[in-house]
Amino acid sequence: MNKRVLELKDVEVWDGNMSNSNAFRQADVDVVAAYPITPSTATIENYATFHANGYVDGEVIMVESEHAAMSACIGAGAAGGRVGTATSSQGLALMIETLYQASGMRIPVVLCLVNRALASPLNVNGDHSDLYLTRDSGWISIDAFNSQEAYDMTLMAFKISEHKDIRLPVISNQDGFITSHTAQNVRPLKDEVASKFVGEYVQVNALLNFDKPVTHGVQTEQDWHFEHKAKQHAALMGSKKIIQDVFAEFKELSGREYKVVEQYKMDDAEVAIVCLGSTFETAMLAVDQIRKEEGIKVGIVAPRLFRPFPLEEAAAALQNVKAVACMDRSAPGGTVGALYNEISGALINTPARPLVTNLIYGLGGRDMTIVALKDIFRTLDKDAKAGKISGNIQTLVGVRGPALSYYNVEGK
Amino acid sequence: MSTQKVIKNLKSFSTAAERFEGSHLLCPGCAHSIIVREVLNATNDNLVVSASTGCLEVCTAIYPHTSWDCSWIHIGFENSSTAMAGVETMNKALRNKGRISADTPQPKFVTFGGDGSTYDIGFQWISGCFERGHDFMYVCLDNEVYANTGGQRSSSTPIGSSTTTSPAGSHSYGEKRQKKDIVSIMAAHGSPYVAQVAPNKWKDMVKKIQRGFDTEGPVFINAMSACTTEWKFAPNQTIEVSDLAVDSLVFPLYEIIEGRELNITYRPKNIVPVRDYLGAQPRFKHLFTPQYDYIIDEWQTRIDERWAFLQKREEIRI
Repeated sequence: MNKRVLELKDVEVWDGNMSNSNAFRQADVDVVAAYPITPSTATIENYATFHANGYVDGEVIMVESEHAAMSACIGAGAAGGRVGTATSSQGLALMIETLYQASGMRIPVVLCLVNRALASPLNVNGDHSDLYLTRDSGWISIDAFNSQEAYDMTLMAFKISEHKDIRLPVISNQDGFITSHTAQNVRPLKDEVASKFVGEYVQVNALLNFDKPVTHGVQTEQDWHFEHKAKQHAALMGSKKIIQDVFAEFKELSGREYKVVEQYKMDDAEVAIVCLGSTFETAMLAVDQIRKEEGIKVGIVAPRLFRPFPLEEAAAALQNVKAVACMDRSAPGGTVGALYNEISGALINTPARPLVTNLIYGLGGRDMTIVALKDIFRTLDKDAKAGKISGNIQTLVGVRGPALSYYNVEGK
Repeated sequence: MSTQKVIKNLKSFSTAAERFEGSHLLCPGCAHSIIVREVLNATNDNLVVSASTGCLEVCTAIYPHTSWDCSWIHIGFENSSTAMAGVETMNKALRNKGRISADTPQPKFVTFGGDGSTYDIGFQWISGCFERGHDFMYVCLDNEVYANTGGQRSSSTPIGSSTTTSPAGSHSYGEKRQKKDIVSIMAAHGSPYVAQVAPNKWKDMVKKIQRGFDTEGPVFINAMSACTTEWKFAPNQTIEVSDLAVDSLVFPLYEIIEGRELNITYRPKNIVPVRDYLGAQPRFKHLFTPQYDYIIDEWQTRIDERWAFLQKREEIRI
């Protein structure tokens, strides 16, 4: 079957979902198995439309649940070809069992996770609850902050996932609605360039290779389980270098440079926030304004790579600041937020010991505005000058009702 | 369609080249291994096999060993059907794209799941696969209990059976619900071929398995798997108990084609009482008391009615 060619302009106007769909199309995915869920539905709808009109020649199966979607992806991946899917929120929660199975079985899969809050209460908007739910699943997790990056990350995800020294599934994150439904200028690679960049799928232990029958998904107990998980962790930890190589190769083709930890105005920053997702983009505007208006030297650190967590790079980025606010867009469930944990852990064995606070914000799609960010910067500046945290370590920002903050530095 | 394997007699059948090796950890007397061999030995074609978490899986794929000399995959308890849907779809995709050449023989796709993964936890996945029409054969190893985890009830557990989660006691005769009619449910999916088999009736079984392999689309086979451990009969009694099951018509052997045409494929020469079948299995021993004997009588009545229904359905061809 001859595929039809989709004529692309140098600059397309795509939202984050369309970016995913086109990355799938250009990567020449063999099997997409999916179940629709807001706000990632359009990733699959667009792809199904490409399929219906002959722009892709792989198979699309619309299964009966997200658990089945990932189950089919694992089966199809083990069979010996390129697979991808998309989900959000409750869908991710439903497929969580299979995420661990995919990574443990070392099956390359690309999952576009359009980040959305987890019920209850039911909420369709963006926060990072689902992203955080994947923390220990053994997947590589990369974060896109806008539509362009969603295209870039999803395309690179295939190359990373299938690398012979990685062979692990990859999540390409983007913020629900803020990124997934905001149409922006996106500069895609040409089809042939993208296809060449991702490369042909190389089968490893394929079920459809009948010359060499293999057993996938064995049982191990205390005699071998630890060795399997250790090897899996080693592959995950080793992936960072390869991911950096893929970023470098992509830069040659696109001119767009990515780092495992992104920074904005950190060269002379005295205080900083650490955040994920589209908040990075909002914060850039806030940083520019407050530097100009009030002279506060604030910068931003954002892990592009959430797993494996770039501990050294995050620590290095924060060596010259006096105060850091880790911004977690997920209900912390009785402790500090994930970024606070990661960043505190990154810093504790380094010479720099900035004040580190934890802000819980933006749950269920509550906006994080420039005004609110500037308030955060002012508090950071005040704390840095005073040399101590003025309130508690953790504060919920932007929530109505009585002020909520926890964990007193002095143990009060 | 590939050429059907010719199976002349039991000896040649049972000594065929094995893709399911003899070394495994299933209980002595377990019918699972008999069923699996009868399925795999029914074809010479390339095979991809998937299995649900359960007795078969935990006894045949313990690293660094495997009992499978064919492509084999296990993911979880509930998703062996969908794992195979993924494999089958990838086969289609790679053929469409010319990455598997058209002259490469088509493999067969077979999924094994216990009644726990079939009737209960994996039912949604199976239903989805059948609705979508994947070209594979699903074989339920129906031993009417969660045997792998030590004998808890499933929705295949028949009324009166004592299990660890529906135990018989001074105030209970054991399981209260009747076995779910999975064969009718799968036939109602419009599956091109659905059949109930028993490994002791091997000729009937292999005929159905071969028909299943030759059928395009999702095929469902419910295979009675007498469980020495949980039905509590002696390991050398597996075939005898299985004979009682089919001869008492507790497990009638029949097939349903295209969801409509029902054929009874085995008519016992001498129908034995349900009481005899139950009496051979200590899981029912508490029923043989004045207090609960009525359960056996009611069961016999249901079996008689069911047999009449199957015969009527066969006769009227709808």
